[in-house]
Amino acid sequence: MTAVLFQQVSRHFGAVRAVDSVDLAIAEGEFFAMLGPSGSGKTTCLRLMAGFEQPTSGHIEIFGETAEGVPPYRRNVNTVFQDYALFPHLSILENVAYGLMVKGVGKAERLKAAEEALAMVKLPGYGTRRPGQLSGGQRQRVALARALVNRPRVLLLDEPLGALDLKLREQMQEELKSLQKSLGITFIFVTHDQGEALSMADRIAVFNDGKIQQLGTPEEVYKRPKTRFVADFVGSSNVLPPDFVASLGFGNSHASLRPEDITLGEGPGRKPFSGRVVATSFLGAANRVTVEAAGARVAAMVPASLAVPAQGETVTLSFLAEDLHQMDATP
Amino acid sequence: MSAVVDTSILARREGASGRLSDFFWRNPKILLLLMLTPPLLWLGVIYLGSLFALLLQSFFSIDDFSGLINYEFTLATYRQLLIPSNFDIILRTVVMAALVTLASAIIAFPIAYYAARYAKGKWKVIFYLGVMLPLWSSYLVKVYAWKLILAKEGIITWALAKLNLLWLLEAWLSLPVVGGSSLSISYTGTFIVFIYVWMPFMILPIQAALERVQGNLIEASADLGGNPAQTFRYVLFPLALPGIIAGSIFTFSLTLGDYIIPQIIGSSRLFIGQAVYAQQGTAGNIPLAAAFTVVPIVIMGLYLWMAKRQGAFDAL
Repeated sequence: MTAVLFQQVSRHFGAVRAVDSVDLAIAEGEFFAMLGPSGSGKTTCLRLMAGFEQPTSGHIEIFGETAEGVPPYRRNVNTVFQDYALFPHLSILENVAYGLMVKGVGKAERLKAAEEALAMVKLPGYGTRRPGQLSGGQRQRVALARALVNRPRVLLLDEPLGALDLKLREQMQEELKSLQKSLGITFIFVTHDQGEALSMADRIAVFNDGKIQQLGTPEEVYKRPKTRFVADFVGSSNVLPPDFVASLGFGNSHASLRPEDITLGEGPGRKPFSGRVVATSFLGAANRVTVEAAGARVAAMVPASLAVPAQGETVTLSFLAEDLHQMDATP
Repeated sequence: MSAVVDTSILARREGASGRLSDFFWRNPKILLLLMLTPPLLWLGVIYLGSLFALLLQSFFSIDDFSGLINYEFTLATYRQLLIPSNFDIILRTVVMAALVTLASAIIAFPIAYYAARYAKGKWKVIFYLGVMLPLWSSYLVKVYAWKLILAKEGIITWALAKLNLLWLLEAWLSLPVVGGSSLSISYTGTFIVFIYVWMPFMILPIQAALERVQGNLIEASADLGGNPAQTFRYVLFPLALPGIIAGSIFTFSLTLGDYIIPQIIGSSRLFIGQAVYAQQGTAGNIPLAAAFTVVPIVIMGLYLWMAKRQGAFDAL
């Protein structure tokens, strides 16, 4: 069953087309990511699902029911807000029980459910504290519990991990993923972090300028970017100009080539090219070596176990023809 | 000479001001003390001191024959407050102040809400001007203007007559207590003018409180299933409550103490302010005037204590 369906949905703010004729079908139980830079329309799409925005044109369905014109409080959809939006005047337990309270669930029952939700996000016994007394990571979990306690059919997450430090972010990524698996709820999350989208999502929609540039599994989006924008934004792929691509013996169009698919030296069945090293940087597991070849800048990942070529040195690099991916003419 | 120097420690500025800056930087507490001493002296000696002197006066009594103050400690003056003619004054004033406060809050909230949530740029300036402008003209001028507006020959009566609604006004004025022979000599008139004059003091604190409420809290409430009425009751109102309490302290205490508005507009029955004025002036009964003055202080203290117990300041 389709959880969320967008048909030609647009949302304009004056002359700005924040969302421009978007078609989207998100399946039930899916972990779906909307990825894009700020201002690309991904957050507006999320707000259209939550009901905070109404489409300028187009049609939205949530589990087969028409959603446009329906206020947020009548949608069985809950949101984890970017800065959590916890009620500062209520205790943690009252925050989590809020959704059940406004729906008229009795006090004992809703507080019990809230306690269970807090235990689920590993914050048992924190109920009497105030949001101001919790750390960012803890507040994030409370926001999650407050949304999930309502048993929504769709959970929307707006940059849920944006404010957390790296370690906590990685830990939360895993927890979110396993939580989604065990609950079976459709998760839709917005992020500008491609790593997060690739590691968590079942499918990714890459947004730019209010439009979906590409929609597919993380592997598809990463390996076979449809447009230069996707190649550039998802990971740090080399976008090769048409004349350079042609000089390597391919068709005359832009192409993407992942740095990790390029190796130092030649090899059997590999396409060689040479370039002058202009920069190197140490990334821990590998060194990124940038070379200038026939007017194009190409980055390659060289495992840390290999020697790093010196700057100014001319080196030979190679790649497999199948890893080079030619793209549409559109930018 | 260029402004860029190549020493790592810059030379002290010349003269006393340079030495003084360095001294205060090293001893910030002395600077704080210097800045706080004048206002603390003002508050402590002049304000609290005179308040205490006043409180002391209320425990003296007046000799009925000679009219002289009897400097003996007694509660007799406070007992006088309880005789019906005096107690009526207190009751009348407190009820009026409570109603004015309630009505001001109800009228001020939507205005403050609009200003805090929606008004931007030019409209915000217009809001501030609109709220503050009445404060720029003399209070007496405004009150006398209202006397004309509310008078039998005034614009309200005229407008209602044109609309064939005069019967409505007459029906209202024929009611007991709130009525009278015209709006300008009824409690209704006093009430209207009090609300008008104190309105800015209610709007501004509520607006300041609402300004601090993040917009996404309202969205979060709706997202969790709260309809607009529930969002108001459980999120917006509790978060605005400190502002409403602050505003109500202004309107309530200003109404409790005012002696000009009820004198110009309303029935000739006294309010606390007028009673104080009469007792310390013409009657020369300073102890009773002092005892009357203590009443609003006690009421405000009780009010704040109750507000705190009800959790009105939890959102602070």
